[in-house]
Formats: sequence, C-alpha cells, structure tokens
Amino acid sequence: MPVSAESPATISASGLSRSFGSHTAVDNVDLALKRGEVLGFLGPNGAGKTTTMHMLTGNLAPSAGAVSICGVDMLESPVAAKAHIGYLPETPPLYRDMTVSEFLDLAARLHRVPKARQRAAVDTAITRCGLAEVRRKLIGSLSKGYQQRVGIAQAIVHEPDVIILDEPTVGLDPNQIREIRALIRELGNAHSVILSTHILPEVEAICDRVQIMHHGKMVYADTIAGLKQLHSGRTLLVGLNHPPVIDDLRAALVQVPGVVETDIAGDKLFRVRTATDIDPTEGIVALAASRQWGLRQIGPAQTSLEDVFVNLTRGEESS
Amino acid sequence: MIFTIAGKDLRTLFTSPVAWVVLTFVQLIIGYFFLKRFDDFLEIQPQLLKLPSPPGFTELVAAPTFSTTAAIMLFAVPLLAMRLIAEERRNQTMTLLTSAPVSTLDIVLGKFCAIMAILLIILTLISLMPLSLAVATRLDYRLIASLLIGGILVAAAFSAVSLYVSSLTAQPLVAALGAFGALLAMVLLGEHVADNLQARGLGVLAAFAQVFSPVKNYEPLGRGIIDSYAIVCLTLLTALFLALTVRQLEARRLRG
Repeated sequence: MPVSAESPATISASGLSRSFGSHTAVDNVDLALKRGEVLGFLGPNGAGKTTTMHMLTGNLAPSAGAVSICGVDMLESPVAAKAHIGYLPETPPLYRDMTVSEFLDLAARLHRVPKARQRAAVDTAITRCGLAEVRRKLIGSLSKGYQQRVGIAQAIVHEPDVIILDEPTVGLDPNQIREIRALIRELGNAHSVILSTHILPEVEAICDRVQIMHHGKMVYADTIAGLKQLHSGRTLLVGLNHPPVIDDLRAALVQVPGVVETDIAGDKLFRVRTATDIDPTEGIVALAASRQWGLRQIGPAQTSLEDVFVNLTRGEESS
Repeated sequence: MIFTIAGKDLRTLFTSPVAWVVLTFVQLIIGYFFLKRFDDFLEIQPQLLKLPSPPGFTELVAAPTFSTTAAIMLFAVPLLAMRLIAEERRNQTMTLLTSAPVSTLDIVLGKFCAIMAILLIILTLISLMPLSLAVATRLDYRLIASLLIGGILVAAAFSAVSLYVSSLTAQPLVAALGAFGALLAMVLLGEHVADNLQARGLGVLAAFAQVFSPVKNYEPLGRGIIDSYAIVCLTLLTALFLALTVRQLEARRLRG
C-alpha cells in the first residue's frame, strides 16, 4: 500500500529500552509507523517483542526512551495516549462469564465510545470479526479460535488509530487464519497496525514493512517490497533437463555477461548468482537453446523472509 | 468510568456463588442474632420499666446487632473482595483495564465502589430489621443513623484493606486469608497499642495508632456519639489503603 511521505506518524518510539534487574530485555529500539501501514514484528521467542508491545501500549514503563501515540506522549499523558490504541495481548483479556456482546459493550465503554454510537460500534466489530452467530454465547464456552476473534474485536471496537496485535492468529484453523489476515489487511487501510508473529508467510502476505528483533535489538527493518527486490535480482534458479557436468556448465555460463557464480541447487536445478546491474537471463536462455540443455525453467530464486530471518537470528535454539 | 468498572465487577461478583453465599449467611446470622436479642429484650422489659430512665429498644437490640455486623464483616469483606484484583491478574484480564484510557485511580475506585455497593445492600437489609418495628415502638432514629454511619465507615475501611491485599497476589484465596489476617491484627492489636501509648503519655503516637484500630473507632458511633476524630481515623484508614492499592498497581507497570 502506498504511503504518502507527509502522512503523520501515528506511533513513534525512540530509544526504547527496558531492563529487568541486570537483564536487558529491550535495547534501544526505534519504531515509527504511519497511518495505513501494517508492520510485521518478528523475532525468535524471548527476543523482546512482547516487552516492546507492553511498552508501546503503556502497560510497562520503559527504562529509557519515549513513546508517542498520535503525537501524545505515553509517559506524560497515558490516558489520552491510550485512547488511540487497541491492544490484543498474547493472552486475550476476556471475561469468561460474559457473553460476547456484553463483553464488547464493556470494551466500548472502557474506551469511551460515546453512548449513542456504542451499539453501532459493537455491531460493526461483531460483523468484522465474524462473531454474529455467537454474540449471545458466554465467552468461556467458545472455542479458542472464537475467543481469539473476540480478543481482536475488543481491540478494534473503538476504531483506534493504532492497533497492536500480539500473535493474533495463534490457535486458529487455516480458514480462520485467512479471514483474520484479510481483516488485518482491511484494518491496515485506515489504521496503523503492528502485529507480532512467528509465521513468516503471514508477514509477507499482509505487512507493508517488517522489523526483526533479536536479543532485544532491532536487527532488521525494511519494507516487504524492498526485501523482495533486494534479493530477487541477485539469484536465478535455472532448471535443465539435460545438464552437462557441473564444471562444464560453470565454464559455459561464466562466459554469459552478468553471471558471477553457478551452484547446484537440487536435482537438475542450478542456482546462478548474478551481477546486480546486468540481467543475464536472455544470454542463458540462448546458450541453453544452442547447446540443447533442455531448459525447463528460469526465474528469480524466491529468497523468502525466512532466509533473512534465519540469517539474522541463526544460532538461536528455536522453539 | 468508575461506575463502568464498578458495574462490571458487581456483575462478576454476582455471577459467582461467593457473593450469594456470603449474603445469605450474613443475613441468616444477623437475623438470628436480632431475633434472639429481641426476645431477650421482651423478657426483661418488665424489669426495665422499674428503672428511672430505662434503655430503649434501639439501644438494647439495634446497637448490638450493628456491632455483630461489624464483627461479621471481618471475614465477609475479605471473601467478597478477594477476587477483585487477584483474579484479574490470574486470568490476565487486568490488561483490558490497564490498556484502556482509564487511570489507575479510576480502576481502584471502581473496584472499591463495587464492593461498597454489596456492603451497602447488606447494611440496608440489616437496618430494615429494627426499622420494621417502627410500627410497634418508638425508635431512636438518631442512634440508628449513627450506627449506620459507623457501619458504612467500618465497611469502607475493611474494603480498602481487603482490596489492597488482593492487589498483592494473583491467588484469590491467599488474598482472602491475608486480608482477614491483616484486619484481625488491626482489631486485636490496634486498640491495645493505642491504649498502651495513651497510658504512657505518648498522645501523638496514640492518636496515630488509633487510625489502625477500626473497632475502637466504631465504638463511639455504636453508642450514638458522633466522634469526629473516630470518623477521621476510619476515613484516613480507607484513603491510606486505597492509595497503597493505586501505588501497588502503578508499581506493577514500573517494575514489570
């Protein structure tokens, strides 16, 4: 989604740090988000994502740094700042002995939705999160997936400028995940959304930008488009049905302008590293045709977010 | 906003059996006590009439009923208040309140109002017992008013202490036992310490200790004496523990 440069930042954090005793959980994290952006927040377990989100939502005071929501400082005027936020924590804060609509009524009142608009706001949140058929059921009797949706509904009922979701698709089945993703994408049009997740395709599918945390530090920040561009131009994947031996192939391909290096990527599949300025695709196709290698496929290798993620956080025991 | 939270907590209290059980037992015990006192009063009435200025029905029946109520609140209030904060922490629902544009003071006052609403129901029902005899006898309405004020102030002080203990733990039962212990210690020691300090001529310290002696402060009100220092003490005790609760919740945000 294109974001104009002059649209004001809805959430900005600078130099955010938090230590618990001698342990530094979050170290000097900067973050800024504009209206209409969806930010994916990645990191291995224990990287400090949840701690950062606690600080952004005013549930935890930072040891250093500042958070400002729509220009309101979180530390100076927390009540005014919190009015702009909708937050779904890791454990959805649900009262199990309330019905869905009672609970959303309460959430709307707590977030100061004017009484006249309250009913409409609750109805909208119920429709958006697909809760219509369970609105009169007790939250405690709902499945995990529905409870998660109630958690999301609670975070959006007051139409906040900033929506912060901590692992929103945990515990959902694939169909529900698709629905929630579509919902988050839709919310991203008018609001700023931050979501943390472990699921990398999720980030590629719905986020405009991605930030990766590791050991409390922000180790990577880029747009998804930039991420894809950065990596797609560098490596080609070439499939040949009748390939020569690898040394002959290397010798032949290196003659093509733009080819830097050739490696085996799999069965009859080769990875060709290329220079950034010259695209050797046409040269390779011509060469393969003249030598009758049986070219089956050629295209940019899908360097996914996963590669970036693993590269940056390698050596960590993932759980 | 305070009333939104109070309403929510009242609802939660009444959807669990605890509130109903406590209300029932308090009514049964007080009802029995009232009838017993009433019965005794009828029995000794002929002798009372021989006295030059005999104590009336209000003094001999209503006043002891309210003193008993104060004693029963000693365990009823911790039971009613135990879930208010501890359970929200255990279920991690407190985040809903702390993420909403609501100040910590509003959260604490909301929960305090919820527990006070229940206690006011109890006190109202208990006041109705002597008041129901207004058709048959002449009541000392001023004494009843004084008893009610005393009851409300003691209820407020007990509630504030229980709310504070509930903010210290994530286990409701631990909160109930802790609050009961704290209140019992105040009732047993507070008066003793205050009297002791007074006897040794340490007037300022004694006055200070009296703040932590809710029963000693109830005493004059129970006899129909509006003792302003006793009222100040009970109010101070309530305010002190409400402030401590706010501080405790704020500390959670600061410490993590």
